[in-house]
Amino acid sequence: MLRLDCLRSVYLELENCLVVTIMGAVAAELHSLGHRPNFFYLQHAMGMASSTGLGLALCLPEQRVIVFDGDGSLLMNLGSLSTMARYRPKKLLHVVFDNESLLSVGGFPTATSTGADLEGIARSSGIPRATTVRRVESFKDAVTAALEGNELTTIIAKVEAKGPAAYVTDLSLLENRFQFRRHIQSLKAR
Amino acid sequence: MSSAKPILRCDARQPESKQMPVSSTSSKLIYDALKECDIRLVSALPETWLVHLIRLTDEDPEMILVRLAKEEEGVGISAGAHFAGVKSAMLMQNHGFLASINGIVSFAHLYKIPLLMLISYRGSIGERDPWQTQGGNVTEPLLRALGIPYFFLDALETVKKRIRQAQTLAESSLQPVALLLTRDLMWEE
Repeated sequence: MLRLDCLRSVYLELENCLVVTIMGAVAAELHSLGHRPNFFYLQHAMGMASSTGLGLALCLPEQRVIVFDGDGSLLMNLGSLSTMARYRPKKLLHVVFDNESLLSVGGFPTATSTGADLEGIARSSGIPRATTVRRVESFKDAVTAALEGNELTTIIAKVEAKGPAAYVTDLSLLENRFQFRRHIQSLKAR
Repeated sequence: MSSAKPILRCDARQPESKQMPVSSTSSKLIYDALKECDIRLVSALPETWLVHLIRLTDEDPEMILVRLAKEEEGVGISAGAHFAGVKSAMLMQNHGFLASINGIVSFAHLYKIPLLMLISYRGSIGERDPWQTQGGNVTEPLLRALGIPYFFLDALETVKKRIRQAQTLAESSLQPVALLLTRDLMWEE
């Protein structure tokens, strides 16, 4: 299963969500499908994407929030799972693309390649719904179900360690950040 | 609740069991000043000097309290709050500041995110706990190295104004600003 195919399969469903991604392949691939003002790419600060999604979800409880996380990033901030589980915002969806690798720095294997089970860790941290998917159709179904549901969900998507040709996009970090905030403020003004 | 009691037993790691004279007066003053700045979300990881502040936050239905596993999470949570248009503050010990540095540099600084960090300044003069002392030595040098403006909360008369001013600076400069909570303010003995 390719991450890009997963992202493509749910791209249309992202329109009414606030989307936070980690750096590297996830950001570059989502951007390549077409940037939108409701997408924020956290191009560093590994581990902080899930915390950012939690902050958004706690402050905007009626708003759908999706975090596209990765195994390397989540392993740097496993405590975030227990913090999300503690407050369990109903409309927060946490997707973890697990390629068992730190791909953008050369493909070094992460601990999920040697047996660390992120679904099990999420479940044991108290995340009410945690699941693992290995096919694009199951990924799409799991995301759709979570977006229609009303429960904090973590989806572990096992994907191949393949990334885009380039990781740099033409969107500057600050442009993205200011556009994202302005977009949210415009939603609140409606 | 025992909000009027200035004495609280709260740190199991104290070498000898004793009452903790954390100032409830100063804590209330700080809390009220945060509220007046329109702070509506506070992230926190408990430490002795912060017990009253965390309790006041927890008891206030207008405030969102996020209890963290590690202080660095608070950087992401405050960034999310900022995007959402909600003003936030972070309550941490100086060792929690040390644990947050990558998030501060590669998120708050990189993306120009305002952070109001209230940091209990342990390990400075008067510190009896040996384990706090090394962090005390490096707190101000690190704040300077990171280019984080910092100011002291050290007297009741200036607490309200300094918190207002720090919050104003964080919002106008879109960067982290630190307030160091000192022993003189937080400890009554």
